[in-house]
Amino acid sequence: MKTDRIKSYLKNRRNLTQIIILAFCIVFPFCNASQYVYRIAVSSVLYAILAMSLNLISGVCGQISLGHIAYYGIGAYTSALLTVNFGIPVWIGFIAAFLMAMVFGLFIAIPTLKLSGGYLSILTLSFAEVIRLILLNWTDVTRGAMGILNIPLPSFFGFELRSSNSYFIMVALVAIIIYIAMSNLINSKFGRNLKAIRDDELSSEAMGINIYRTKVIAFFVSAGIAGLAGAFYAHYMRFIDPTSFISDESTVILSMVVLGGMGNMLGSVLAAVILTVLPEVLRSFSDYRMLVYGAVLVVMMLAKVTDWKSMKRALSKMLDFRLSKEERA
Amino acid sequence: MPRNTMNHTINNIRPASVLIEVGKRKKPMEFFAQQLVNGIALGSVYALSAIGYSLVYAVLELINFTHGTMYMVGAYLFLIFVSMCSMPYWLSFILAVLLTGTLGYCIEKFTLRPIRKKKLPNFMMLICTMGVSILIQNIMLLFLGSQTRLYPTLFDGRNVAIFGANISYIQIFVVIMAIILMLLMTVFIKKSKAGMAMRATAQNSDAAELMGINVDRVVGLTFFAGAALATISGIFSCMIFRSINLSSGVVIGNKTFAATVLGGIGELKGAVLGGILIGIIETFTAGYISSNLRDIAAFIVLIIVLIVRPRGLLGKPVQKKV
Repeated sequence: MKTDRIKSYLKNRRNLTQIIILAFCIVFPFCNASQYVYRIAVSSVLYAILAMSLNLISGVCGQISLGHIAYYGIGAYTSALLTVNFGIPVWIGFIAAFLMAMVFGLFIAIPTLKLSGGYLSILTLSFAEVIRLILLNWTDVTRGAMGILNIPLPSFFGFELRSSNSYFIMVALVAIIIYIAMSNLINSKFGRNLKAIRDDELSSEAMGINIYRTKVIAFFVSAGIAGLAGAFYAHYMRFIDPTSFISDESTVILSMVVLGGMGNMLGSVLAAVILTVLPEVLRSFSDYRMLVYGAVLVVMMLAKVTDWKSMKRALSKMLDFRLSKEERA
Repeated sequence: MPRNTMNHTINNIRPASVLIEVGKRKKPMEFFAQQLVNGIALGSVYALSAIGYSLVYAVLELINFTHGTMYMVGAYLFLIFVSMCSMPYWLSFILAVLLTGTLGYCIEKFTLRPIRKKKLPNFMMLICTMGVSILIQNIMLLFLGSQTRLYPTLFDGRNVAIFGANISYIQIFVVIMAIILMLLMTVFIKKSKAGMAMRATAQNSDAAELMGINVDRVVGLTFFAGAALATISGIFSCMIFRSINLSSGVVIGNKTFAATVLGGIGELKGAVLGGILIGIIETFTAGYISSNLRDIAAFIVLIIVLIVRPRGLLGKPVQKKV
């Protein structure tokens, strides 16, 4: 009886994937792979967190934000500056990064969310550019292009996360928590409101959804999580400078969301892992990295409008035609 | 004028800011006049680009991310025709405009039209233009490299001093050409049959289709015109700055958007006004505050406009259609 239940649970492809990923996260830190492999693993987990956070506003709610990297940068700088300059514990830095990114998310959400979708995209893009230029030019605080050095490692209960695999455990744990929270969120009433707004703003307003409030909360949460990811990045790399937060990175995150399927959290995670690991595996391919991200965006959009069935029919017709010709001969 | 550095960050110092540095040693009044002249020249280039942006927005309600890329593609095509094929300027100009216009048309036909036909949400077209612009930019990066190149110019950089301001002939030429083109565009949109079809499609594409207008052709034409205007603007502004860099297209795309929104999106007069205002604001910020802030200025104006008056200076209040 019990085995049947487990079998039916595993038959669902989604559940199976979740369990495989979970098992991988548990086993992987003890695999004793090289530090380089763990490094890639940490960065793909960070991208997965970012992709999930962007998915909430762009995938689930349909508000295309092209400046998501700005929150990441704000989070990284907030935590790094606080811990380096004032010597406060790193975990407080994480919380501060989360809150700071939230505040900026609110700051950008309020003027734009009353406008149509396109405005939001370009304004977030400009906003990310402004943030990057401020980080670059406000040398008294951010040290400009020289970046911030010697960012402390996080330590918990006297145990310092010195190796990449211990850091992987921490970020993977946080990513799993975020994944569970996000999956529950998008299936809650709030999540259904977001989906309604994506499908038709006007009708969802007529159905009594407070569009403005819903969008602002989504922005708030999304920006905060991106900021948290930024803080993780800063304390992992131990060095940050504005070049890590260029607007190309926002496109990278967006293409992860698009490849994974808009609104699909598990898809975002998988796409983030694939698109981070692939350029590392295919070394010669790294020159074409951005090219591939651009192609992913276009191909995924066009794949939705291509009529695969009629294409297949046409193809089989062609094959049939050729076969009959051969038969005749 | 010194050649530009290899640095390809966005806030690299362009030759125009060298002019500003020279100007700083002048008397305040002359400095002001100089800034104003530079601003108007830059602004008229932005205005040309903004008209194209505005046209596309009016017809499809789409923020077209390929616009900045078209600006760059066109400017590079001109450079390639002039310096590699050693064609005369006028011929390379016409070829660059036509080729880029065709590219714009093809982008619309092969990537946007299928999405539009299926009546899918607008953000899919947005992502599509985004992807196309990244694709084109990176293909160009592979072939052309990221270095800043010297750009051909007219009149050998001679200038004339009026009221203490050094005005180069190319600036005067660009402003005059921009005015002529803007008038031509206005006449085209108000008087010609194709322009009328464009306005009808902008108002209501379904009704326009019922009235026997070939909406697909009109949208294609709009993209052609938008890309062509972006190219003209790109060639002129590169002639003024005498240098070209692959990263310039992205910034221009954003500034053009700022100009379009400032003037009122979908309004021809608004695009011109917004373009010139953004040009002037940019040069004044660079001249009086800091040249590092010149790229931020346009964005800050954009944010303020969106908070205070989202429909822009000359825009009409928008009514949502169901």
